[in-house]
Amino acid sequence: MNYSLIIVEITAVLIGLGVLMTDLWISPAARKGLGYAAAVAVGCLLAFATGSLAPQHGLGFRDSFVVDDLARFFKAFFLFGAIVVILMTVEFSSRIASGLSEFFALVIFALVGMLFAASANDLVLLFVSLELITVTFYILTSFQRNRLASLEAGVKYLILGAVASAFMVFGIALIFGSANSTNFRVIAAHQTELATSPVFLLGLLLVLAGLGFKIAAFPFQAWAPDVYQGSPAPATAFLAVGSKAAGFVLLIRLLTQAVPQITAEWSRLLVVMSAATIIYGSLCAIPQRNLKRLMGYSSIANAGYLLLGIVAMSRSGSTAILFYLGGYFFTVLAAFTAMSALAEHIETDEIAGLAGLGRRSPFLAATLTLSLVSLAGIPPMVGFFGKVLLLRSVFESAPGRPDLYLLLGIAVIGVVISLYYYFGVIRSIYWGGSTPNLAPIRTSLGTKVALGTCIAGMVFLGIAPNGYLRIAETAIGGIDSAAGRLKSPALKKVSAHEAH
Amino acid sequence: MDSLSFVILLPLLSALLILLVPGNYRVIVRAIAVLGSGLTAWIAASLFFRFQPGHEGFQFESILPWISVGKLSLAYHVGADGLNIGLILVTGLVGFASVLVSWNIDRNPKLFYILLLLMIGGALGAFASLDLLFFYFFNELALVPTFILIGVWGRGENKTVAAFKISLYLTLGALIALAGLLLLHVSTGAQTFDVIALKTLLAGKPLSVTLQNWIFPLLLFGFGTLVGLFPFHSWAAEGYAAAPTAAAMMHSGILKKAGLYALLRVALPFLPDGAAHWLPVLAWLCLGNLLHCGWVALCQKDLNLLIGNSSLAHMGFAFLGIASLSVIGITGTVIVMVAHALLAPLCFALSGYLESQSGTVDLTRLGGLLRRMPVFGTLMVMGFMAGCGLPGFANFAGEATVLFGSWKSLPWIVVAASWSGLILGAVYMLRALRSILYGEERKELTAVIDLGWWRRLPFALLIAALLLFGLAPSLLSRRIEPVAKEIVKAATNRSTPSRVAAVVVTP
Repeated sequence: MNYSLIIVEITAVLIGLGVLMTDLWISPAARKGLGYAAAVAVGCLLAFATGSLAPQHGLGFRDSFVVDDLARFFKAFFLFGAIVVILMTVEFSSRIASGLSEFFALVIFALVGMLFAASANDLVLLFVSLELITVTFYILTSFQRNRLASLEAGVKYLILGAVASAFMVFGIALIFGSANSTNFRVIAAHQTELATSPVFLLGLLLVLAGLGFKIAAFPFQAWAPDVYQGSPAPATAFLAVGSKAAGFVLLIRLLTQAVPQITAEWSRLLVVMSAATIIYGSLCAIPQRNLKRLMGYSSIANAGYLLLGIVAMSRSGSTAILFYLGGYFFTVLAAFTAMSALAEHIETDEIAGLAGLGRRSPFLAATLTLSLVSLAGIPPMVGFFGKVLLLRSVFESAPGRPDLYLLLGIAVIGVVISLYYYFGVIRSIYWGGSTPNLAPIRTSLGTKVALGTCIAGMVFLGIAPNGYLRIAETAIGGIDSAAGRLKSPALKKVSAHEAH
Repeated sequence: MDSLSFVILLPLLSALLILLVPGNYRVIVRAIAVLGSGLTAWIAASLFFRFQPGHEGFQFESILPWISVGKLSLAYHVGADGLNIGLILVTGLVGFASVLVSWNIDRNPKLFYILLLLMIGGALGAFASLDLLFFYFFNELALVPTFILIGVWGRGENKTVAAFKISLYLTLGALIALAGLLLLHVSTGAQTFDVIALKTLLAGKPLSVTLQNWIFPLLLFGFGTLVGLFPFHSWAAEGYAAAPTAAAMMHSGILKKAGLYALLRVALPFLPDGAAHWLPVLAWLCLGNLLHCGWVALCQKDLNLLIGNSSLAHMGFAFLGIASLSVIGITGTVIVMVAHALLAPLCFALSGYLESQSGTVDLTRLGGLLRRMPVFGTLMVMGFMAGCGLPGFANFAGEATVLFGSWKSLPWIVVAASWSGLILGAVYMLRALRSILYGEERKELTAVIDLGWWRRLPFALLIAALLLFGLAPSLLSRRIEPVAKEIVKAATNRSTPSRVAAVVVTP
């Protein structure tokens, strides 16, 4: 056993435990400080994980844990996300009645789940890491115990999450039964025979259902709006950024690394899933009056756009997913940080409640506007280039697959619809309705720094995407060569499409 | 830094600078906007006159690598040739004029000028870009601020509807065009969006006819929507009527031309077979602009809606020149683009000033204003006469050239076009003049004040440019003609049946 491979994960667990233990000795007033300390600790871990001292490549624990460029990319992504979410929680702390330290600790434990998910090379590790994420989120979503909406969100997430986990564990059992292994490499090596086994295919389908739940793809999306609406803002932000990204790293590993051949055969299924997710998210977002609920539907639609990259089944498709997730990260965090900063001053979560924000706080108004503009895919924000990359990857794979053109048409319509509902929010901010209360809103320095960072990230990645895109390309390059070694006929088919 | 990039960056940097100024320092905000846009106009004008007509290729060119990852390589690439140098000049002028006419914006001037300068910089970037992704990037950057501009500073009851309509329509058009551009980009397999690289590549190995027939309509209708091609035009007049004067000026004058520019830059030369297939359709649709929009303009009681529809009708001439696919016709199209880019902003600026004085643009409630506002009245007569196609103004030069160029290939459409342009245009323009300037003085309109000296500057600037290009159209045509020849040469270079077969056999 090569324990040095999981040194990042072990350290993260220790930080989480440390937060819990420290809480026993400090006064309640110092808990905010504990949050800052936790953020600093995770920041040091991030510096270590991206540095050259961390394990670079390796396979361990009976091949179930892999460290490669993709894993390191996502580890950095999750660690960075956790830092921002912890800082956001500190700002949000006045609305959390009790157990602030536990909130920090749970965020870190969810982070550990995500870190393991980034490296999962085995269905069992995949399941365990997803459960760790999901179980911590059961608590995080219902953390405001005195708010009915928060409890409702938690219960809904619990029930639907449990169903999804049941699907997944049943699927894993079927896969183990037919393949005699849960390891991605073993499955990959035998996928030609396994592709003819109905038991295996059913098992894979059930695992996909479980992952579909994590990313909120149709038809497993029902929880997202309620949970987004009811959860405390930092939990929602982490759910949108971290949990979704964890779902996608597992999808990339499973579909392009373990069973590329079956993925190619199932392309129609994925096309339908992506199209339905985009349509459902876009159409349902139109009539929404609650901003957080709107973000829930928007996150469904965005899952659909991200699935475009999976549908493309090419290196550029997966690269586009990684790029898009990076942009989505800053955009969503900016939006939720702004919302939680607003929560103290505006009674409702209603979109109409934003009326007059353009005058009350030009800074928060601009932040929210820029993040919505980025979500709508408008330059110079990062959302634009992300969408272009995703669409481009589908165009590249489209010759010979006519259904992809239909999917592209749906994606374009989805973008136009999204413009409508995002711009509806912008309208409320700048010229919506009556504005009884015009008291200026002050934002704390911490919030300003966090928002400034997010805006800088959105604009920088939009204007100068080269560096980040190269990192994403390298991360995908690793798994591509790993999959290429298998030399399956389906892969050849896929790469032939790419060559077109 | 080269001056072409500088002209793009200057408005954007001014916007950034304004961002740093506290909102209550209004004078400083305005001063930065005026200086930034004025300097932009000055440099744009100096570029126009420094441009060497008759030289091959692009001038003031500069390339900066932007993305090179894997096989994909994109670059910030700008340059000027006869096709865009005139547009760059008028964008600078109209941008400056639109900042000047917005002097009395009182509500949140900081945000207003930031958005307006973004529009100006975006439009300049779009015209100067030789990389299609950057063209799209800048164009969209210029289009989107309209939403907030109309919403916050707009006019009229249904400005919200108009703001949504214009944004959704234009985004849909832009996305359809983007789909066409991506399909073009992917089909060539070149991993680049560079106009010059694509041109060389496609000259050697054109796309299959089927593919061209698919890409061309995406570009035609996508970019056509941005121009207000019939029947995708209903956003335009309504949007302009609801927009604040400066946004209406930039939009009707400048941003609309980006669609035409892209058709000339990309669709015609890159897709000759698609053009052969689809240009007859465009010829018929342009009649919709010329006759339908002209007729609608005739029926308007609201001056802004009249100008908006008339500006759509003028776009019919531009489309007609494209559809003719002749050197003279395309040269005429570009002159029309430049001339109309000056005319439409002039008209909207006039109507904006009129509204600020009289409080209405309803033609039935105006009258007899010439006596109280002689300078304004003179400017209005000149502007509207230019709109009728009076010789001496640039519009006449452009429209006449288009008609000459298209007579051979599309005689009946030319007849209809001249009918619309000369008769319908004259009728609605002159009628508007009569009901605003002449007739009985209205009691409620005695408080109007004529243009002060300082206020005359934007109008004088636009009229001077219209007269300059009207009296010396060769300033434009000498620059345009070589490019028009190239475009026509590339666009008529269709694959013969045997070559199509060869492409099919050896993929």
